[in-house]
Amino acid sequence: MQVTAIDQGKLEQVLTKYEGQEGVLISVLQEVQGEFGYVPKEVIENIAGALKLFPSQVYGVVTFYAQFYLTPRGRNTIKVCEGTACHVQGATSVLRELKTKLGVAEGGTTDDLKFNLESVRCLGTCFLAPVVMINQDYYGKLQPRDIEDIIKHYD
Amino acid sequence: MKIGTPDELRSFRESIVAQMDPQKLCVRICMTGCRAYGAVRIRDAFLEEIKGRGLEKEIDIRETGCHGFCARAPVITIDPRDIFYQQLTAEDVPEIIDQTLIKGEIIDRLVYADPATGEKFPFNADVPFYKNQTKNVLRNCGVIDPRNISHYIARDGYAALSKALTTMTPEEIIDTVEQSGLRGRGGAGFPTGRKWRFVREARGDTKYVVCNGDEGDPGAFMDRAVMEGDPHSVLEGMLIAAYAMGVEVGYIYVRAEYPIAVEHLKIAIAQAQELGLLGEKILGSGFNFEIRIKEGAGAFVCGEETALIASIEGKRGMPRPRPPFPAQSGLWDKPTNINNVETNANVPLIILKGSEWYASIGTERSKGTKIFSLAGKINNTGLVEVPIGTPVRKVIYDIGGGIPGGRRLKAVQTGGPSGGFVPEEHLDLPIDYDTLQAIGSIMGSGGMVVMDEDTCMVDVARFFLEFTNDESCGKCSICRLGSQQMLDTLTRITQGEGREEDIELLVELGKQVLDISLCGLGRTLPNPVLTSTNYFRDEYDAHIKEKRCPALVCDALVSYYILAEKCEGCMICLRNCPSEAIMGGKRMVHVIDQSKCTKCGTCLSLCPTRFSAVVKVSGEQIPVPEEPIPVAPRKPKAA
Repeated sequence: MQVTAIDQGKLEQVLTKYEGQEGVLISVLQEVQGEFGYVPKEVIENIAGALKLFPSQVYGVVTFYAQFYLTPRGRNTIKVCEGTACHVQGATSVLRELKTKLGVAEGGTTDDLKFNLESVRCLGTCFLAPVVMINQDYYGKLQPRDIEDIIKHYD
Repeated sequence: MKIGTPDELRSFRESIVAQMDPQKLCVRICMTGCRAYGAVRIRDAFLEEIKGRGLEKEIDIRETGCHGFCARAPVITIDPRDIFYQQLTAEDVPEIIDQTLIKGEIIDRLVYADPATGEKFPFNADVPFYKNQTKNVLRNCGVIDPRNISHYIARDGYAALSKALTTMTPEEIIDTVEQSGLRGRGGAGFPTGRKWRFVREARGDTKYVVCNGDEGDPGAFMDRAVMEGDPHSVLEGMLIAAYAMGVEVGYIYVRAEYPIAVEHLKIAIAQAQELGLLGEKILGSGFNFEIRIKEGAGAFVCGEETALIASIEGKRGMPRPRPPFPAQSGLWDKPTNINNVETNANVPLIILKGSEWYASIGTERSKGTKIFSLAGKINNTGLVEVPIGTPVRKVIYDIGGGIPGGRRLKAVQTGGPSGGFVPEEHLDLPIDYDTLQAIGSIMGSGGMVVMDEDTCMVDVARFFLEFTNDESCGKCSICRLGSQQMLDTLTRITQGEGREEDIELLVELGKQVLDISLCGLGRTLPNPVLTSTNYFRDEYDAHIKEKRCPALVCDALVSYYILAEKCEGCMICLRNCPSEAIMGGKRMVHVIDQSKCTKCGTCLSLCPTRFSAVVKVSGEQIPVPEEPIPVAPRKPKAA
């Protein structure tokens, strides 16, 4: 996978905004990821320096929370809900179909960087079960055979 | 404009109410939950059609939060007649305008019909799903536009704050909340007033209030609905709490999976600041308060209060031992009060209507109403608010409309991964904190997932363990390793490799995890296993002794066969089998190669119902040909 160069200017903007404040590491990481699509390993030391933390503390937070990624992400993120309601309504077979169709494992990114495939623990839309969210769009009451048609719409 | 005094608030309210015409046509569209079903297109269609016909002055379009009846999404209500239309599409909109809004006629096709009796209910107030509820906390949800503070104020919004600031001392507020009997709605059920008193009495000048909006239980969406549909009620609850405890800064911690909740809370805070309801010298008193939003980053354990505090501080969300309790030493080591979203939304009602009114609802030891989210194998999925103490059966059948497809209920799962299963035989028990705990479950935050006979209880227990094992922060070895061991054992059982002693081991280990773990996650994660081995022991036995999954769920224990006498050799399953496991040809009986079958179920779902030749079985061998054979000639049809 290609790693794009880090735009130091953008990083500086985020860091200046938060410099000297207490307890802002998660907010900084959220903004960094919003900017670059992931948290590049190269920026961890810069963040640690600006917030007067050890790089290990920053790394510890990045790896603790499910939201943060250390590798580049695909253009579209598919979240397969694996909550209780979706589980009893057949989410497992929907996830299996997506894995087969995209050829990636859970948590993986397709080689063409088109899709990330994730399973999440409940989207809070249990009335749509089983449900899949692609970017900001919901697809509810799914059957495995609906998948092929849905993923066609994304590039 | 700033509202500087309680009198100004009152006249502001009067002026808003005076401008509102209760007889005016208004279409209320759910724009939160229903968004997933195309509510945006419906709203746009209404706006466009109304503009095209020049009816902007006659008809209001109001974007609201959740109406509750999610199973029928997208839904709208038309005021002033309270007409309820459901399962709409944008194509229905011109007809609604012509027939209902202009001519006043009800469109039969869009009216809710009871699936069992076929009886039609054109008005919200008559629909059984709504009629059997007591909407106190949800009184504004689906009624007001949550992005418009005037709507909230018009419905007595911030009147409780005004009453508290002008007529009550902090002690009187705490007494009132204590006498109301309100208990924390996050799950543990600790008396809210007592918690407030601890913080008020704690030493220190700087104190914090935190609103816990990290609704992480799978199957729960009550707090999401309140934050999205009535955010000001949460802010008002926090304001009153802060005033009572002498706090000037509050945080709302919202999980990142709820973008609409974050958006609506941010709008609400900005509007309250603009009117001076947040900020300095609120309503002319000496009370200052500001609210900050913190977005979570995806960690279930952050719903635990000490982990949540660590997360707000920007650290890994790991719990720590208590004492000291957050009331003594919480956020940045200052006394901190943490209440859940729904608890906060209850507070304005208690202050406005009094503790006696509040305590008249509910049971002896659990007061007020509780919001539940109904999901799973139930007809009426959605949000339900009932007095605490309502029997489970009433919620599932009278409001929830029972189980789809005439299937039988097996269990109701309450309290998410920390909860347990309420089996059929306990359905008449009242839902309250203590009763549910006595039968091994918890009320929890309010998620209710209904399971029917097609649900495998061993598989669901394994599912929850997979969840809690994944979300265990790893600090306590008994939680980290114990949950892993329990998960491995359950996985083995679902794969047909269970041993007779497994159940005993699971129970013993479960009890240890429960006793030794530090926080709520570890102390409750064995509940699904302990209740399922208790109430559904026969299912465990079937998996272990007979290598059979009675609900036909566990892949390793089920097989698919094609019945030779029914197969017509139509090639549909054969062509669509993703693993090319089906042998045969045109007019040849198809045969599944069991060694290649991945048990995806495609053949079963595609076999035409008039043939119904594919069967799914567990624990039995169906006699089928080993090789494809010609389809038997069709019997001549009887004349």
